[in-house]
Amino acid sequence: MTAQAPRTIVDKIWTDHVVTQDAGAPAVLAVDLHLVHEVTSPQAFTGLRQRGIGVRRPSQTVATADHSIPTTDRSLPFIDAMALAQVNQLEANCAEFGIPLHGIGDPGQGIVHVIGPQLGLTQPGMTIVCGDSHTSTHGAFGALAFGIGTSEVEMVLATQTLLQRDPKSYEVRVDGRLTPGVSAKDIILALIARIGIGGGTGHVFEYTGDAIRGLTMEQRMTVCNMSIEGGARAGLIAPDDATFEYLHGRTHAPTGPAWDTAVERWRRLPTDDGAAYDKSITIDADALEPMVTYGTNPGMGIPITSRVPSPADQADPSQRRALERALEYMDLTPGQEILGQKVDVVFVGSCTNGRISDLRLAASVLKDRHVADGVRLMVVPGSDEVKREAEAEGLAEIFKAAGAEWRESGCSMCIAMNGDQLRPGQYAVSTSNRNFEGRQGKGGRTFLASPLTAAASAIAGVVADPRRLPGIETLASVGGR
Amino acid sequence: MAEPFTVFTSRVVPLPAENVDTDQIVPARYLKVTDKEGLAEALFRDWRFEEDGSLKDPPFVLDRPEMATRRILLVGDNFGAGSSREHAPWALTAWGVRAILSTSYADIFRSNSLKNGVLPIVVDPATHARLFGLLDTEPDAELTIDLAEQGILLPDGSTIDFDIDPFAKAMILAGTDELGYLLTKEADLSAWEAAHPPRIDTLAGAR
Repeated sequence: MTAQAPRTIVDKIWTDHVVTQDAGAPAVLAVDLHLVHEVTSPQAFTGLRQRGIGVRRPSQTVATADHSIPTTDRSLPFIDAMALAQVNQLEANCAEFGIPLHGIGDPGQGIVHVIGPQLGLTQPGMTIVCGDSHTSTHGAFGALAFGIGTSEVEMVLATQTLLQRDPKSYEVRVDGRLTPGVSAKDIILALIARIGIGGGTGHVFEYTGDAIRGLTMEQRMTVCNMSIEGGARAGLIAPDDATFEYLHGRTHAPTGPAWDTAVERWRRLPTDDGAAYDKSITIDADALEPMVTYGTNPGMGIPITSRVPSPADQADPSQRRALERALEYMDLTPGQEILGQKVDVVFVGSCTNGRISDLRLAASVLKDRHVADGVRLMVVPGSDEVKREAEAEGLAEIFKAAGAEWRESGCSMCIAMNGDQLRPGQYAVSTSNRNFEGRQGKGGRTFLASPLTAAASAIAGVVADPRRLPGIETLASVGGR
Repeated sequence: MAEPFTVFTSRVVPLPAENVDTDQIVPARYLKVTDKEGLAEALFRDWRFEEDGSLKDPPFVLDRPEMATRRILLVGDNFGAGSSREHAPWALTAWGVRAILSTSYADIFRSNSLKNGVLPIVVDPATHARLFGLLDTEPDAELTIDLAEQGILLPDGSTIDFDIDPFAKAMILAGTDELGYLLTKEADLSAWEAAHPPRIDTLAGAR
């Protein structure tokens, strides 16, 4: 018996899922789990009807409504007729094709990337796809998970497979330990600031190193979630005991002897010693500060105590033009401090930072404090279950007492499709994932940051460093699974 | 499915911005459609229109009268970043774009474009700069794109070769689609499924 060449976790998952491959063609890759939502699926179902074919594996498909739904009182009607029509169409499509749906009013409803893990559907070694670029979130469990377009949604509905080329590998090693007030969000914002939003194109990130191992599952989801903002379609973390502990006992997790078999299989997934990556980068967690973006893409980020960069310092003319344009849109001055910059709205939520541990962090800062005059703080739980949990723990009361709006779950102001949006010219500190022009409302200006930084800024009314909060050592250890 | 791709000649729309994200190509509020119609109106909406629906002054490059019939976009690095929305290539197609020239594209955008008969052509940085230079001196320069030969013919008679995934090329040239191809693999799919029991059952416990 000859020893097999060392392989990465991506190689292993890939090999496990290749159904067939013609010479010169991409591989036909089997999909274990297909997540569906209202915005990127209607045209795919229409395509199926036009071809007269059904959904091949409804039992490996699950749907929710999250992007365009209101986050106001669920008993109120939709204001937006188009959004309502889209959600109604999702319900009709799921009914017609036999796909389980966690729609509005279902206790399992929530942002698609929050409910997959919550239900135990997201498991190590799986291939997971969704018509949504933040599908990379599920990589936190050691799954190969990536966003697809609507044509591909149709392909997966029809065949439970996709045509894919073997991706390149990119090791992101995060050594050391985060200091108090610095969190998972700051790791990923720091990575993207270093490599740029196209740095990972064509690659899958594998996050390794002590700082990654030290993260809870929810923190790992925050890191993997924003892999796409670094250009990588997927990002993953090899499973370990924390992964298994999170999964054990969840609705769709294996039970009994099947659990033991699964864990045994999952333990073989991590990258072998000596396996080669196509690219790699190392980040020192000890040196990280809370990060905040100043510009109009997630790569335009700086440590919170730094100054906004100056176009004059950019050697490359196109970089200089891009920075000039971004600062003009953001109405920021080159060289100014980002700390102290006025804030109108603070948004805590999204598939990046809308989980219970994120809300605990924000609540730990807001407890017995109040949002600054003139600041609107929106707290939007990532799922109905997160909402119930936060209410049971008393977090909702803390938010309300602090002057925040405590809302129903959904994507909300991360994508601003549902009416939750900035007004032109407003500044927001947001725990979401994109600060593109107009992303959170036409003319709105976004500073991406962690839940701790967002909560600290809500109190101060300006961009604020959470490390200056009294008792930050204990606040930052508020955690979760 | 898109029309089969044949050799075509067009003048070029220059759009030098880098890292153009799909939120700019089609803002999220236009994603509530349940079909693919009407998206030409949404294309680069917030770069083209004022709040009241009037065109910006001066107009965005796409709205200059001479651009209306152009089928090729010359854009900055990393075009199509961000969201996976296929509405981006749908809107580009609806406006009439058939090929894009850049040094790089975001992965999902590139994949989505190929499935809609929009050719995301990659050129090296020197060629990229040369093309922008050409448009500076000859804004009405015509390029001829030949997918079968993988070449771009310039007005001076020179040719730029480009690489493209051979499978995607064959699909676009034939005007067929990937799902049609996958559906021919039924025997392989069935065999694979027989040997690999599903890892989950989303219907388990469903009401």
